[in-house]
Order: sequence, then C-alpha cells, then structure tokens
Amino acid sequence: MTEQIVASVDTSKPTAMGRLRTRLVIRDYAIVVSFLALFITLSVASSAFLTKANLLNLLDQSTAIGIIACAGTFVIIAGGFDLSVGAIYALTGVIAAKMALQIDPVIGLALGLAVGVVAGLINGLIITWGRVNSFIATLAAALVIVGTASAITNGELITVVDPAFTVLGTDKLLGVKYSIWIFVVVIAASWFLLDRTQLGRYIYAVGGNAAAASLSGVRVARVRVITFCLSGFAAGLAGIIIASRNATGQSDSGMGLELSVIAAIVIGGTSIVGGEGAIWRTVIGVLLLAMINNGFNLLNFNPTYQQMVQGGIILIAVIADARARGRLRAA
Amino acid sequence: MSEVPAAQPHVRLRGVCKRFGGVLAVDHVDVDIESGIVHALVGENGAGKSTLGKIVAGVHAPDSGELWVDGRRVHYGAPHDALAHGITMIAQELALVPARSVVENVYLGVESHRAGLVQRRRIRQRYDALCADVGFSLPADRAVGSLSIAEQQKVEILRAIARRARLIVMDEPTAALGPTEIEQLIATIRRLRDRGTTIVYVSHFLEEVLAIADTVTVMRDGRVVRTSPAAGETPATLVTAMLGRRMDQAFPAKVFPDDAAPTVLSVRGLSVAPLVHDVSFDVRAGEIVGLAGLVGSGRSETARAIFGAERLDDGTIHLDGQEIRPSSTREAIDHGIALIPEDRKGQGLLMRRSVIENVTLPHLELVTKGGVVARNLERRRSDAVVESVAIDRAKRAVAVETLSGGNQQKVMFAKWLLARPRVLIADEPTRGVDVGAKRAIYDFLQTLAQEGMAVVVISSDVDEIIGLAHRIVVLRAGRGVDELDGRIATEDDVIHAAFGTSVAA
Repeated sequence: MTEQIVASVDTSKPTAMGRLRTRLVIRDYAIVVSFLALFITLSVASSAFLTKANLLNLLDQSTAIGIIACAGTFVIIAGGFDLSVGAIYALTGVIAAKMALQIDPVIGLALGLAVGVVAGLINGLIITWGRVNSFIATLAAALVIVGTASAITNGELITVVDPAFTVLGTDKLLGVKYSIWIFVVVIAASWFLLDRTQLGRYIYAVGGNAAAASLSGVRVARVRVITFCLSGFAAGLAGIIIASRNATGQSDSGMGLELSVIAAIVIGGTSIVGGEGAIWRTVIGVLLLAMINNGFNLLNFNPTYQQMVQGGIILIAVIADARARGRLRAA
Repeated sequence: MSEVPAAQPHVRLRGVCKRFGGVLAVDHVDVDIESGIVHALVGENGAGKSTLGKIVAGVHAPDSGELWVDGRRVHYGAPHDALAHGITMIAQELALVPARSVVENVYLGVESHRAGLVQRRRIRQRYDALCADVGFSLPADRAVGSLSIAEQQKVEILRAIARRARLIVMDEPTAALGPTEIEQLIATIRRLRDRGTTIVYVSHFLEEVLAIADTVTVMRDGRVVRTSPAAGETPATLVTAMLGRRMDQAFPAKVFPDDAAPTVLSVRGLSVAPLVHDVSFDVRAGEIVGLAGLVGSGRSETARAIFGAERLDDGTIHLDGQEIRPSSTREAIDHGIALIPEDRKGQGLLMRRSVIENVTLPHLELVTKGGVVARNLERRRSDAVVESVAIDRAKRAVAVETLSGGNQQKVMFAKWLLARPRVLIADEPTRGVDVGAKRAIYDFLQTLAQEGMAVVVISSDVDEIIGLAHRIVVLRAGRGVDELDGRIATEDDVIHAAFGTSVAA
C-alpha cells in the first residue's frame, strides 16, 4: 500500500520534471553557444581576430575585470553585491604608487593588496554586524574610498619611474604577460574554492537559503564577510596590476568598473538573487564582453553602438534568469 | 445596496474540492452562506477552514465543484474576479503600504482622478462619507505603519468597502490582537453586518466565534461536519464536533523506553519573549515526546530556543545531565541536537542544490579534509543515509526542487543522520506529504527513538501526536499547560488542553 502510493506519485512526475530539466539544460548552455557563435563569427569576419597577438591582447584587457569578477561571483552567489570594487581598485593603485615613491616598489604593491583586503573586511562587517543592505553599504563605501584616494593624490596622477614597479604589469613569462598568468591562476583558484571546498559549499548555501543555512549550522555572517574580503583582495590585486602596467596611480581609474564586473557575472548566467552560479560562467561572461569590444574595433563598427549592444545582452541575460525562475515556481 | 432575495444564499458551494500535493484540504464541501450575516468557519489546524475561506474569496481556485454567487455560477481566475462579484478577503498578514496615509491606502488603485491627476479633495470627501457610513473614525492622514494592528485592520475593512465589497472573508483576524482590540473588532463586524455586509469569519477561537457569529460551520479533515445557528452551540459542542473520529491512519506500534532509560534532554523554565513563558519538560533516551498546541502557542519557538536559533530569556537546558547554553545553531549541532524545521522550502532545504549537498551541509566537516570536500567520501557517506531514508540513490545528484514533497521531507531527515544526534526535534514532520510518505516518516521517528535517540515531535495534527508520542506536552499561549501519558491520552484530552476548554459532560 505504502509502496504503491509512493510509486504512483513518482510516475506522474517525470514528464513535467523532465521538461523542467531540459529547459534548465538549455538555459545552462545558451551562454556557451552564444560565446562560440560570436567567436566563430569574428574568426570568419576578421582575419585579425584569430591571431595570437589579438587573443593575448584580449585576455590582457580582461584581466582587471576578470580577476574582480571571479571574486565578485562569490559575493553574488552568497546573496550580496559589491559596488565598491572600482573604488578599491583605484585606491590600491594609488597607495601602491605612493608607497613605491616613498618607500619601495615591492612594499608599495604589497600594501596595496592589504588595503584591498581591509576595505573588503570593513564592508563585510558593516553589512553583517551593521545589518545594512550590501548594495547601499558598498555604494557608500565606494564614495568614501574614492574620496580617500583623491585626498592622497590631490587629484593628480602619481607616476612611478622605478622599473621594479612595472614588472608585474608589463613583463612576460613564456611570451605571455604576468598579468595574464595571474588571471589564469585566479580563475583556477576561484573555481577550486567554489566547487571543491567547504567554504564554497557554504557560499552557495548562504545565498540559496540563508535561513536553511543557519539552521544547518552554517555561520552565515562569517561566510558573507569572507566573500567581501575576497572581493576586496581581488579588487586590490587588479588595482596593483594595472597601476604597475601604467606606472601610475590615479584616483578616478576605477569609475564604472563595478558595473562591468556585475554585467560580466550576470551575462555568464550567475543568478543575481544568489545561490546559483559558477566561475566558468563568469569567465565566459568576461570574455564575451571583451570579444564584443574587440569585434567592434576589428570590424570598424561605430563604437557608439557598443554600449547599446552590451546593455541589450545584459537585459537578455537577466530576463532569461527571471523567466527560468518564474517557470520553476510554476512547476 | 442591491438586496438579494431572501431565499437565495449570498454564496453557495457545491461539491467543492481542493488538493495540495497529496493532501485533500477541502473535500466535497457543500455550504450556503446567507446574505447579511456573520458566518464562522471553525475547525482544528489543518481542517480546511482557511482554504475554504480562500476559495470563497478567489485566492484559491477549487479543483472541482461549483461556486454560486447571488444565484449565478461563477469561475474565478484570480482574487480580483471575486472582487468583481463584491467579495474580498482580509488575510492574516495585512497587505497595506505602511509608509502611506490611511486615505491613500484605502483608495490605492481606485483613486478618483481626472486626466491622470489624483483629485485629493474628492478622495477626501469620499473617505469622510465612507467613514460615516461604516461608523469608523480613523485619522485620514496618519501613516498606516504608525497605527495599531486593530486600526490597520479597520483600514483593510475600509478598503474592502471602498471597493464595494458586500462579502468580506476574514482569516484569523484576532490572532495578533489584544483583548480590547478584539472587542473593538467584534463591534466593527457587527456594524458591518447591520449595514448588510456578509462576513465569513475563519477562526479557531471558539468563545470569540460564538460571541460574533450567526451561523457556524464546523470542519474536520477538509469536510463539513455541520452548519448550524451559533445560538445552539457552546464551546464544548463545537470541540466535540471538531474532533469526531477519523479514518484510521496507520502508525507504527509504540515501543516505550525502558524505565531505566536515562533522561537525555531536560528543559526547565524556558522563556523566549514574548512567545514562550516558563516551559519545562524532559525527554528520555528512546522516548518520543509530542509538543501539542494551537498554531502560535509557542511550540516552534521552544524548539528553536533549544536549537540555539532563538535567544533564551530565562531557563536552563541540560543534555545528558550537563547544562548547555547554545548561542548558535552550530553549537547546538555540535552538542548533538538536530532540528527539522516546519517550513521545508523556507527554512529547511537549498531547493536548487543537489540531494547530496543538502544532506552533508550540517556536517560537512565529516567529509572534508583540509577545507576541501572529499567528494568520494561525501558520496559514500551520503549514499548510506539517503538509502536509510528510502530515497532512490539515482536521485542523489538532482536538485531537491525536482523531488516530491515526501522525498523532500526525507532529505530533511537524512541531513541529520550523517552524524547521529542525541536529540532530534521534528517540527511538523509530515506537513504537505502524501499518506505513503507519512507512514515512512512515522517509521523513521519510531526507529530512531528505538535506537536510543531522544525525539521531540511538534505537530498540529492531534492524531499524529496521539499516534506517535509516548508522552505529550501541551502548550497554550506559550505556557506548558498539561502533560499527558501517551498510553492513555485521547484526542479529546489534547484538544481540550490546547483550547483551554473543560471536557464536555
């Protein structure tokens, strides 16, 4: 009797549930198909696209956004937003450059990184202890941080001529810039952290259902703080790489960076409401945005339309996410 | 107001059924609701009274059966279809915009306007006329959020009348009110009735129902027991009707613990403001203790406090004779306490993650080496528990949301079996699961107890408490009011203790 009832419930499900799963698979891989389609189109349309120089250039241009977006993926999956990464990126560059002039280039770069982590920690504590919405907290933090950066520079560029400062951003290993190697390492480490570690599991749990995570013994606030620290660290890392590449620290260099970061994460298919997503998605999102820019250059399209295309793609990604969610609720 | 001929009921329900998952919440109900009276729906938790109210108000569409309004057959697609027939509902959770004024809330969506501009003065005139008509005096310009709950309910009532509602369904309207506010509300309802509005009043507070209703429909297990004039009922006759006798539900045979079995959990004077006051009970190894009581009697809060999810204001908790004071769920879990929360989707599961991930979440440290999840070990350990709760192993990698309610509930159990807890608290362990899965869950609980676990079951289903518990602690309004022996306790004992009525002669 018992078995019969359970069995009958289960056999009535497969069609609806099967369809649901098929839909999820289509949604899951639509971004991969789009990426490949654009890649092939550009390869055919422009002889300059599929060259080692161009592809390395494309990666090099993606490093800052890419590194920050990997850590930003943790923040968003855990159910938060970090709008202060552009500001942290600028501040760390400024501090690295300033310290390089006053003390030592290497110490300057290290200090820049440390500042990123501290800024992330403060963000995290304000959001968890202070119970402030992460969107607002990091928006306010961004203003404070950019203000600090311009107070340090007095609104001027800080130029560092010491060659030790520019090694990180300009030198190469095996014909590939250090910055690209660092990007690759960050991708691998982020993937490992999210997919393989206890912390990664907790990040998904906190963003997917904070109440359930808490009732399962997960220290929700601690996990959130860690994601903001990682985000601050990544923004700091990107900040010193770019400061090193340009040999300058500039207080307004990070303007709008946080929006590109969030756009890349969302385009990849990581859900903006948290609990779902992956590093490979973010990497594809970052590269897709970079390819669009690259394509506009190579094909001599009017750059005026570039932002429109990017905005359109972001909308499509968000609508796809919302629709998938709505269907799931209905099912 | 258009008068309905006396012979014709305002609303007529015929053969109405509504199913949620495996549960038939409303089962072939026939009710006539006469015009211009207060018609109460009473019953135990889960008897279907609230669902029936929602069907009348168009919040739920019936799966089958007929609904007639003013002698015409109607089919609602959504609550605003019911409103088109002059029917609306005031839900337990009020749906007001707290930062806006009373007037704005009353006329939200039906503002007087000309060329898109809201005509404030006209709206104000309409508001004053409406208040005079209904006999309310509410400050028009106060922000709704600054009003008391009772006043906010009046705003909801005004809003309903402003939309020309002739029938208002009220779902447990006094649940959040104090005694004077309840009197005010009762006076308001009488005034509405006297001006011709029909009220459908859903409640489990029997005294209150008898004070206010003209007609009472008693429900049990989704069916109507009887509909009769309130004047002929007393709290005792209503309780007797609500109890009845049900279809036999199969429970495993109770295996009582040894007399020598040690006390595992001992709670003394537990208080959690404002919901729990001075609750004490013990649970021995191998024992299933049932926590009974009405919704809102403090059962879940008691459980959450023991589990470190709610701050204790007073009282002590002893586990195996040692005092513990868990300040977080992590500490409680490390002490060997487990809680299966009542709200599976909201508090229990990560719906979009796999069965394995859900199962290992509370004890990830057991399958983790140096912070890295050992996936083979995780699969092996979770397979064992997934199989022990009778979920097909093939389902372990699928997202939990694709499972049936019964299987989701089994995942909640499996979560805690990776490391055997000393105390397992299950809050409404069979809510929304089908009969077959129910029996499986009863079997787990009995088996776990027999293995020496101390088990606490919270349930609104009195049958379940009687069928499972070795001992029953009854809570009412946050206090432990009675402790009953599971060998001899009857449904009547539990219900009378929960309602605070004396046993009918």
